[in-house]
Amino acid sequence: MTYPARVFFLGGLLSYRALFNWLTPWILVPTFLVAPIFQILLFAYIGRSANLESDEFYVIGNALQYTSLPCLFAMANMLGDERWSQTLGILLSSPASRLALFLGRSLPVILNGALVGAFGFVAGSLILDVHVPASAFAPLALVIVVTAVSCTGLGLVNGAIGLRVRESAVSSNIVFGLLLVLCGVNVPLDELPSWMETIGRALPLTHGIEAARELADGARLADVGGLIATEAAIGLVWAVIGCTLLRFLEVEARRRATLESS
Amino acid sequence: MNALRIFGAGWLMNMKSMLRSSLFVFTSLVEPLIMTTIAFYTVKAGGRQETLFYFAIGAGVMGIWSSTLFGSGGAISWQRWEGTLELLVASPPPLIVIVVPLTVATASIGIYSLTATLLWGRFVFGIPFHLAHPILFVVGLPIAIVAMGLLGLLIASTFVLYREANALSNMLEFPIALVTGLLFATSILPDWMRPLGWVLAPTWAVRVIREGALGGNPLFEIAMCVLLGCAYLVLASYFLRVLEVRARAKATLALA
Repeated sequence: MTYPARVFFLGGLLSYRALFNWLTPWILVPTFLVAPIFQILLFAYIGRSANLESDEFYVIGNALQYTSLPCLFAMANMLGDERWSQTLGILLSSPASRLALFLGRSLPVILNGALVGAFGFVAGSLILDVHVPASAFAPLALVIVVTAVSCTGLGLVNGAIGLRVRESAVSSNIVFGLLLVLCGVNVPLDELPSWMETIGRALPLTHGIEAARELADGARLADVGGLIATEAAIGLVWAVIGCTLLRFLEVEARRRATLESS
Repeated sequence: MNALRIFGAGWLMNMKSMLRSSLFVFTSLVEPLIMTTIAFYTVKAGGRQETLFYFAIGAGVMGIWSSTLFGSGGAISWQRWEGTLELLVASPPPLIVIVVPLTVATASIGIYSLTATLLWGRFVFGIPFHLAHPILFVVGLPIAIVAMGLLGLLIASTFVLYREANALSNMLEFPIALVTGLLFATSILPDWMRPLGWVLAPTWAVRVIREGALGGNPLFEIAMCVLLGCAYLVLASYFLRVLEVRARAKATLALA
C-alpha cells in the first residue's frame, strides 16, 4: 500500500474509531438511531398541527438532514479530539499528504452519515405509515449517499473552523440548525423569504431532499439526475473550500503558534 | 439555613460558570431562535397566523427545557471530568443539596431562551406580545422553571452511575418536547401517548406560561407544577442516596 493510500484508509479508520468514544453503544445508539426518529416525529406533528405538509415530507426532510449530524460533528471533532489528546501538533508536523489525511478521515464519516439517514428514513416511514414505491428504494439510497458526501464537504469547512475555534461543538450545532431552517427540511423552500431560499440552494441537503421527495412521489432516477448532480457538485465545492481553508488555517496556526491553544 | 446558603452559593456559581460556556449559551439562546423561525414559517405557510404567539411561547419553553436537560446531563459528568465529584460526595451536606442548585441554575438560564424567543418573535417576525394575566405570568414563570429544574434533578440523579449521561440527555430533548406538546396541542397525539406527558413538568409549565400570556386560568397547572416538583425532589433524593452508596461501594464514582 502506498503511503498516501495508507494514510487515507488506515489513518481514516483509526481516527473514526477514536471519534465520539464509540467504545460503547451508549453514545452511538441515542445519538444516531433514536434522536433522528424523535426529530422526525416532532416535526411531523408540528406539520400536522399547522396543516402544512404530509408526513412523507417530514420523514424525508428530517431523515436526510440527520445525515449531516455525523458529517458535521465528526469532521469538527476530528481536529478537536487531536488537540484534546495533544496529537494535533504531531499530526500536522508529519509529512503526510494533507489531502489523504483529511479525505481519509471523511470516508467512514460519509458511510456513517448515509446509514443514519437511511435508518431514519426507514424507521420514520414505518412509524408514520409512509408508503414509498419499492422501485424508489435504490435511487433513494443513492440520493442518501450523495447527500452524505455533500454534507461531508461542508463538514470539512466546519473541521477547518475547528482549527481556529476551541469549542467546535458550537459551530457544528449552529450549522446543523441552519441546515434545518434553510434547506427546505421542514418548510417548503418557496415559503421562505427569497434570500433564505438563495442561501439554502447553495448548501448541501437542499437538492438531495428535493430529489428524494420527487423519487418518493414516483419520479424515476433519470428525472432527478440534475438534482443529484447539483447536490454532488455543491458538496464538491464545499469540500474544495474546506480543504483550502484547512491548509490556510494550518499554516496560520503554525505561524501564530496557536495550534494547541486556539 | 446551611442548605439555603449552599443553594444560593451553588446557584450563583453555576450560573456564572455556565454563562462562560459558549456551547451552553448557544443551547440556551440560538437553538430556540432556530425553533421559533421554523415554527413561524410553518405556521405562516399553513395559514394559521393567529397561533404565532402560541408557537413562540412553546419554542421559548423548549429553550428552557433544552438548557435544563443539557445542564442536568452535565451536572454530574462535569464534576466527574473536573475531578470534583468525589470532593462533593465526601463533603458533609447531602448530595442532593449540592445538586439541586446545579439543575435549578440551568433551568434559570432558560429565562434567556424565553426572553430571546419572544424578542425575536416580536422584532423579527412582528409577533404581537401581550400578557393577558401579567401577575399570573410573573408568578407562574418561576414556578414553571423550578419544576422543570427539579425534573432535571431527577434525571441527573440517575446519571451518577452513567458516564455517557450527556448523550442520553441530548436524546431526551425532542421526545419530551413531543409528548408534552410544547409546540402543538397534545390533542393530536395518539391516546396512549398523552398520559406520558401528564407526569412531565414541561406539559404543565408551558400551559402555565401560555395561559398567563394568552388567557385562561393557570391555577391548576401551577398546582401541578408544584406537585410534580415535590415528587421529583423526593424521588431524586432517594435515587441519589441509593446510587451514591452503590457507586462508592463499587468504587466507580470517578469512573462510572
